[in-house]
Amino acid sequence: MRRLLEKYSAKMVAAGLAEIGNPLLGGLDAELEWNREDSAIPVLEEVFRGLNINSLLFSLPAEPYRSIIDFLASEDAGHIRPEDSETRTFMHDLPVIKDFRSDMIIDKLRNRKSVIVKGKGIVTWGTVSPEQAFIFYSSVCFACFVKFFSDYLRDSRRGLVTTGQERVFRNALKYLDRYPDEPPELMSGPFRNREDVYRAVAQAGRLTVEHRLVDSFFGNVSLKWGDTLFISQTTSSLDELEGCIDPCPLDGSACTSITASSEFSAHMSILRLTGMDAILHGHPKFSVIMSMDCQKANCPTRGSCHTSCPEKRFIRDIPIVPGEVGTGPFGLCNTLPPAMEGNRGVIVYGHGLFTVSKIDFKTAFKNLLSIERMCQEEYFKHLG
Amino acid sequence: MRKHTYPINREELLYGKPGKGRILLVDLSSAEYRYEEIDPDICRFWIGGKGLAGYYLFPEITRSWKNPSMPLVFMTGPLTGTLAPASGRTCVMSKSPLTGTVGDCSVGGSLGWQLKKAGIDGLVITGRSQNLCGIEISDGNVSIEDAGWLAGASANEFYEKLKRKGSVAGIGPAAENGVLFSSIMVDGTFAAGRGGAGLVSASKNLKYITVHGTGRVPVHDSERLRSASEDIRRLVAATPALTGEHGLQNCGTAALYDLISSRRMMPAANFRRTFFNKASSMNSHAYSDEYNPKRYGCKGCHILCKRVGEDGTHLPEYETMSHFSALIENENLRAVTEANRICNEAGMDTISAGATLACFSEITGEKLTPDRITELLIGMASGRGEGSELGQGSYLYAKSKGCPELSMSVKGMELPGYDPRGAYGMALGYVTSTRGACHLRAYPISHEILRKPVATDRFSFAGKARIVKIAEDMNAVIDSLTVCKFLFFGCSLEEYASAYSAVTGIETSAQDLLAAGERIYFRDRMMNAKCGFTSKDDDLPPRFFSEEGSSGNGIEISPLNREEFLETRSKYYRIRGLDPQGFPLSSKAKELGLENLL
Repeated sequence: MRRLLEKYSAKMVAAGLAEIGNPLLGGLDAELEWNREDSAIPVLEEVFRGLNINSLLFSLPAEPYRSIIDFLASEDAGHIRPEDSETRTFMHDLPVIKDFRSDMIIDKLRNRKSVIVKGKGIVTWGTVSPEQAFIFYSSVCFACFVKFFSDYLRDSRRGLVTTGQERVFRNALKYLDRYPDEPPELMSGPFRNREDVYRAVAQAGRLTVEHRLVDSFFGNVSLKWGDTLFISQTTSSLDELEGCIDPCPLDGSACTSITASSEFSAHMSILRLTGMDAILHGHPKFSVIMSMDCQKANCPTRGSCHTSCPEKRFIRDIPIVPGEVGTGPFGLCNTLPPAMEGNRGVIVYGHGLFTVSKIDFKTAFKNLLSIERMCQEEYFKHLG
Repeated sequence: MRKHTYPINREELLYGKPGKGRILLVDLSSAEYRYEEIDPDICRFWIGGKGLAGYYLFPEITRSWKNPSMPLVFMTGPLTGTLAPASGRTCVMSKSPLTGTVGDCSVGGSLGWQLKKAGIDGLVITGRSQNLCGIEISDGNVSIEDAGWLAGASANEFYEKLKRKGSVAGIGPAAENGVLFSSIMVDGTFAAGRGGAGLVSASKNLKYITVHGTGRVPVHDSERLRSASEDIRRLVAATPALTGEHGLQNCGTAALYDLISSRRMMPAANFRRTFFNKASSMNSHAYSDEYNPKRYGCKGCHILCKRVGEDGTHLPEYETMSHFSALIENENLRAVTEANRICNEAGMDTISAGATLACFSEITGEKLTPDRITELLIGMASGRGEGSELGQGSYLYAKSKGCPELSMSVKGMELPGYDPRGAYGMALGYVTSTRGACHLRAYPISHEILRKPVATDRFSFAGKARIVKIAEDMNAVIDSLTVCKFLFFGCSLEEYASAYSAVTGIETSAQDLLAAGERIYFRDRMMNAKCGFTSKDDDLPPRFFSEEGSSGNGIEISPLNREEFLETRSKYYRIRGLDPQGFPLSSKAKELGLENLL
């Protein structure tokens, strides 16, 4: 347990989600263990006693998340309600409390995966592994970032930006991810054997995380090689794909895709329709923010844009399509693959960006970077 | 037989208030019945389903399962009959003839749905009819009918004859002939399979129950229920194990066959090996090629994980596929479907039947051919020939041959299709399961193999004691809500707590429900303790600690480390509130509000 606590503490720091020495993680089997000493432990021990869980995480987010979350927490009484796909699907809403008190924390965590304590940090939990607490924490940071920048753009257009909002925005700009002009060196195809394919998929996943093009594990990677699709497994961390790649026969003769990414069906359809071999899917923040930026007044589908947007929307040459995670009636497996034909990338509304290439990941990765950079530029262009 | 009419106003029956419980109590000895309204506080305390069924079983648990006072309980959940996805299952509970423990099963079909629409939350049957009988329920009207004309009828035969009367639950010839692992079959093909509930029904001379209802299940807040149901459906759609191209929706539980094989933990040759060479030709794809199946499923579920071939052959679930192929080293696919057919028609649990054949094969050294498999299964069900002694299950059979250690069972119930050497949480879950070796009580396969909600190290006991305990609590809630466990690959109690509140008007949370789950599971331990079960019964067969599995493809399947296993079990006892012998601590019982059960 101790090893896992330290692993996820280090991951939070590496992902820019917390500063060194800040994440406090507790793991409970027969005994309770912490990754470090902290004065917050007595309160969190009460939380452990009040909930049927095995892990807790408490941390003050690193900038810019700290200022953003504090701002949103002061604006929204009781709950922050981001509208990105992750929150909508998995988190529902983000409760906020004023005081770091065990009874208040327990009350909120009885029915939600996280609670934001104003000015103090975020508390999340797991019932199986500290990894769940890490994922929920990461999702809160991501969702709040997307909501803040989306709200700022909307309010800026209307001339409604407040002083506090402006101050947080200016501060956040100092911490924006900077992307290199050139993509990193990736393995070149065509690949000679399965081992190289596994290594190429793992490398693409790791670089996607290292370039901050995805939050927590919510992305996926695949490569067609011969008659098999090699795809990252569901809930796998893209920076740790070794041993977490499923080889799925294209003819469906084995059910190994049962543990594959939730977007397996979309990947298969994209390959069939486009003739491409490699697919990268990340959640770059500005691609997600810009996908949710719509100025159409009195739209009859407002509120269900993620499933039913009837418009053909683009950010420059990149199409935006509606679609929910997975394979339901509104699943992105229905909307994404046809949009991918003839395009270098497609953004799914409020969710993330998909790119493709032939033989290896070089072009797909290059496009992932350049489209996110382009969305960042577009964001500031829209601000004027 | 006497006919009865419903004693209360039909409007009140069919349009009653949510959150209340109405139980039909039938005494087959006197052929009388009455309705009982349950205090809403009791409904809230025990949720429904498994929780509420145990409320009726607990006072009688020390009796023999044959005692007429032993109740046979059919309990719906609070969400049954509503929009809440996959919430139409029914808990069937009594004392298990196979193990002597608490014996409950969650069964699909439309039984729960029809009970609720008939205005009934649960059915508690006691007594013993003088002759073979059936209970017929229609919108709360009850009659007890002669069933002599159905004596010996198979599940399909009695279903075909009775289905016009609504949902049908009943026993096949296996129960009538004393098979300890006989099932209650619902709507022809859904089995309350494990532990021998069918034999309890047979001991009451009860062949069948039919239920038909036309009422409406009351919902406190329809809009909130719609919203919660949408959340659930969205999460289901985001879960590849459920709705992915090779998930349960598209391939049924057969989808697990390749996965378990590739992880080298498919039990073969009575658990002497963990890999079956012919697995790739007996997988879901092979069944699809052979039978071109369509999907069907339980009332109120959109996953529809069951399969029927275009020739009408019902295809086996994963456990059945695995045990009737790898476990008994059968390489003939059609022999698997035939074994499945015989078990379902006769009303026998396929896991126990397959594992008992495997035990027989190891003890006798006989290689089982397809014809021999058929012959032995028919012998089991009919109580005739060489198969008759196998109807007592692998433990009593192996014991009678002087080698009880060759029964791959816990508390007398046979292990299903996941070798514990390939998933250490599963190893612990098998022994702490209160009904014997069951994969569903803690379902560690979810995180150890299917990576839900996140992956854990399957070859480590670290952290597994509490993970298993929490999962048991959660699954006790799921069985009390009578929801399908599979949905929880994607959903959590968070969404179902909202659905519960919407239906009943009782505000609750995921953690409130989990607290009830802990109470329900602890009560299981209390019932087993009253029946004399101790830590000695919470153990695996010695094979798993001394013999290697089939390593390969870079996966090493080592024997379980006994010391680590026992240490983890001790941790589990502390976490669960048990003493070192596995007995429930009275302090824990009081903490859980169960002091009146001490």
